[in-house]
Amino acid sequence: MTTRVTFASRSSRVGMTLCAIGFVILAAAPAWGGRGDLQLLAQIYAYVALASLWNLLAGYAGLVSVGQQAYVGLGAYLLFAFGIFGDVPLLAAIPLAGIVAAVVAVPVADLVFRLRGHYFAIGTWIVAEVFRLTASQVSVLGGGSGTSLPASLIIAIAPTRQLRDFIEYWVALALAVAVLLLIVLLLRSRYGLALKAIRDSELAAICNGVDVRRTKILVYIVTAGATAMIGAFIFLQRLRISPDAAFSVNDWTAFVIFITVIGGIGRIEGPIVGTIVFFALRQTLADLGTIYLLMLGAVAIVIMLAAPKGIWGVVVARLNWQIFPLERRVVAEGAPQRPTS
Amino acid sequence: MTDWINVILQGVLVGGLYAMFAAGLSLIFGVMRLVNIAHGDLIVLAAYLALVATQTLGIGPLVSLLIVVPLMAAIGYALQRLILNRTLGEDLLPPLLVTFGLSVIIQNGLLALFTADDRKLDAGALEVATVRLVEGVYVGLLPLLQFAVAVAVIAALQFVFYRTALGRAFRATADSPDVAQLMGLDNRHVFALAMALSLAVVAIAGVFLAIRADFDPSIGPARLIFGFEAVIIGGLGSLWGTFAGGLVLGVAQAIGAHINPGWQILAGHVAFLVILAIRPEGLFTKGRA
Repeated sequence: MTTRVTFASRSSRVGMTLCAIGFVILAAAPAWGGRGDLQLLAQIYAYVALASLWNLLAGYAGLVSVGQQAYVGLGAYLLFAFGIFGDVPLLAAIPLAGIVAAVVAVPVADLVFRLRGHYFAIGTWIVAEVFRLTASQVSVLGGGSGTSLPASLIIAIAPTRQLRDFIEYWVALALAVAVLLLIVLLLRSRYGLALKAIRDSELAAICNGVDVRRTKILVYIVTAGATAMIGAFIFLQRLRISPDAAFSVNDWTAFVIFITVIGGIGRIEGPIVGTIVFFALRQTLADLGTIYLLMLGAVAIVIMLAAPKGIWGVVVARLNWQIFPLERRVVAEGAPQRPTS
Repeated sequence: MTDWINVILQGVLVGGLYAMFAAGLSLIFGVMRLVNIAHGDLIVLAAYLALVATQTLGIGPLVSLLIVVPLMAAIGYALQRLILNRTLGEDLLPPLLVTFGLSVIIQNGLLALFTADDRKLDAGALEVATVRLVEGVYVGLLPLLQFAVAVAVIAALQFVFYRTALGRAFRATADSPDVAQLMGLDNRHVFALAMALSLAVVAIAGVFLAIRADFDPSIGPARLIFGFEAVIIGGLGSLWGTFAGGLVLGVAQAIGAHINPGWQILAGHVAFLVILAIRPEGLFTKGRA
């Protein structure tokens, strides 16, 4: 009897087909959606990407950061700096910002990795505060009150407003798809196997020869760079930056954590489901203002206590669906399929 | 010269307040390995409770401690018993996320009830009274009182921890929850008492914070960070180390603010990061963070 290892299952084949159809429909959104629809969808993509990246950190590598706003803001400020001082085309400044942020993340990782577990979380928050306070001292970028992107740079993206809207929309979609693809590929690589081992039991992972510290630092740096690219895009769309908006703990960490917890932490589908729920609630309840945030916090607590795997965790437990082909399965010819990871 | 003496003295006195922020944080981490992200927001909650008490009963802020301290302790006990005990375990995520959610709930709840306006507790003549140490060096009576209270709080915690049956229960549960339980301790109750004690300290810190400066619902996280920095600068597992860490942070901020008002908070963070880089186990212990 021969055996082989496969990632796909029947539900993941159906899932990937649906994803491909969905992608085509979404990529064609400029043909069917209005300006407001495109902007809302672009925001949704940005949150899917941010939440997926936070999920990679916290859900897989066990690095619970409450300071990812450091990289959202850093990426955004780098975009403005490259554009204003370096005359770099804004779309090219996005990947550039990602690379520089990843480089900045190397010494930062060395510092915050001295703190363990819970203390790591608050350490990352302090780093974000240092970034924010430093940004408000940079007077050439407007100091504490911030600055706007010059019109000449924006017009350089595309001559008409409509075309700019389309391009920005496709950039957002491309970034979100790229982030998801990056995570899928990372999880299917040997690093992914190491990450899942760490997620399930750090001690067992060490015993099996996984270099836990190195794997975690790698994930931290990759996540920092990608998060910075999303941050750069968000503020490219907003056209205006200020330290408080760019390094907001509410917008870039609290919402992202709630999205991931509600959708299902430690599963790639979780942040996507969470973002859809988050935006559906926001569209209906946003008028409530502070009460909305209060409810979101309460919902996250209840989910953490009652169903810690989130909405998608319940779906998996009940139906054993998986959209993305990530689980390794040993297939023996003639024998039924069994999940192994 | 007297200029710098004044700066450092102010830093030391404010540092006492930071030590109080830190003591409650350090206490519950020591007993149950829980980092309470809502710690700063609970300090602000205590400030608002004192505000309500002083306004409705017409009492002074220091007298309001008689109400706010037991009230916060009761909140702490209930919080631990009803919610936080359910999050403790091998996994780090649940306590972090639940206290993070709590932080957002407290902030927005206070915002809905009290708006974002600046508030302050009025301590009357005490606020402006000063003591002359030497020619040119004056200290406010209030900062001095606050510092004395901080020393007393740390000394009291030290006493409770090492000289009482409750402290023995705390240390036993911290060392080995399973064995403590076998010896007849109810861990859930011990943890709840630790949280009650932590929030009693939080209440004192909150009232002094509210007398010293303006407050609004959004300032909690920064207080959490100050407390956390004091804990790490001082080194884990030592109450007097935490106290010294608070003073180092206070002095660093005072020096930063003296050079450039925009650098006050940044100077404190930088001092913290420098210590983390060169001596991650903290200045005053032999342990390891």
